[in-house]
Amino acid sequence: MDEAAIFMRHLLAGSGALGPAEWAALFGHFLMLSLLAVGGAITTAPDMQRFIVGERQWLTEAQFSASVALAQAAPGPNVLFVAVVGFNVGGLSGVLATMVGTLLPSTLLTLRASRWNARHAQAWPVRALHAGLAPVTIGLLLATGWILFEPLAADWRSGVLVAGTIALMLRTKLSALWPIGGGAIAGALGWIG
Amino acid sequence: MSGALERPASCGELFGVFTRLALQGFGGVLPVAQRELVERQRWLTNEQFLEMLALGQVLPGPNVVNLALMVGQHFLGVRGALAAMAGMLCVPMITVLVLAAIAAQGQRHPAVAGALRGMGVVSAGLVIATAVRLALPLKRSPLSPIGAATIVAITLLTVGVLRWPLAAVVVGLGGVGFAGAAWRLRAHAARSATHPKEPGDG
Repeated sequence: MDEAAIFMRHLLAGSGALGPAEWAALFGHFLMLSLLAVGGAITTAPDMQRFIVGERQWLTEAQFSASVALAQAAPGPNVLFVAVVGFNVGGLSGVLATMVGTLLPSTLLTLRASRWNARHAQAWPVRALHAGLAPVTIGLLLATGWILFEPLAADWRSGVLVAGTIALMLRTKLSALWPIGGGAIAGALGWIG
Repeated sequence: MSGALERPASCGELFGVFTRLALQGFGGVLPVAQRELVERQRWLTNEQFLEMLALGQVLPGPNVVNLALMVGQHFLGVRGALAAMAGMLCVPMITVLVLAAIAAQGQRHPAVAGALRGMGVVSAGLVIATAVRLALPLKRSPLSPIGAATIVAITLLTVGVLRWPLAAVVVGLGGVGFAGAAWRLRAHAARSATHPKEPGDG
């Protein structure tokens, strides 16, 4: 096969490692994650990594982390890391499976809920749900930070880079693009990992 | 109070405004959304924006996409909701997928692989910084700071380190958190209710 045909096949379906049962499992898992995304899409990253890297081995740890990093470096909502993960697993078909899975259940629920006046946000069950889920959300964000950092935790320089990024984001009003650019340069020079 | 509000004339306008808004959001669209929708377009009052945001955060799924759906639906029904969501996602998704395709081609090059590793480490820092910022209001949580911190720690341990499935942790710990918060909020409401009936509650 010539190179252009290989490229096109890769673009549409990724490495081609997924059969019908695998596609169904991928779609089904993201449908479920949509309903478990309390406090934003990024909170599902640890479970996504457990499923895609640990259980199915469709991506390596490094590929998964790179997918999240790319999405954070590009403009747009952070749910787009799902599209990049999908692309790396199964090309444009993977994007379709993961993004439709992620968006369909939560979209249907939101369209129903917002018809029911947004002012109900002050009712006690909604406030209790918000208060009860807030610490879970924060725990999931910390877990996401941990799974992204863990593969490189043995290198002291990545510890410095994480600590520096946290300090910069909490102490200054600088855009996230600055630490991302700094991390890319440090990594390209071979300082990380 | 804040002068007359404007409204989007068409689905095309919704799509355009949400595209522009999403493309300005590096590392988070939310601050841009407030500035564009409340201050520049004047489609929503700050109160309306916060109400929609609060509801969008309680509902599962990506928060800012939920917000886009609610804003679109508020003005132009389901068609508006889908136009706003498409605006939020289409152009940024094409951008990020082009980047991903380029990165996938270059991954064998050590400098590209290294840059992605460096960016991954920074991503960890960005997410942790968000968690720290969101953790500050937990001091006023109805669960008490210690109760809330316990749930944070158990979530981090079970999902991040022990790698338990998310469903068990969100339903289990979220359920405990909801029950605890509901109990404390109800007890508080009963104590502070000088008037026997709260209109519109229930």
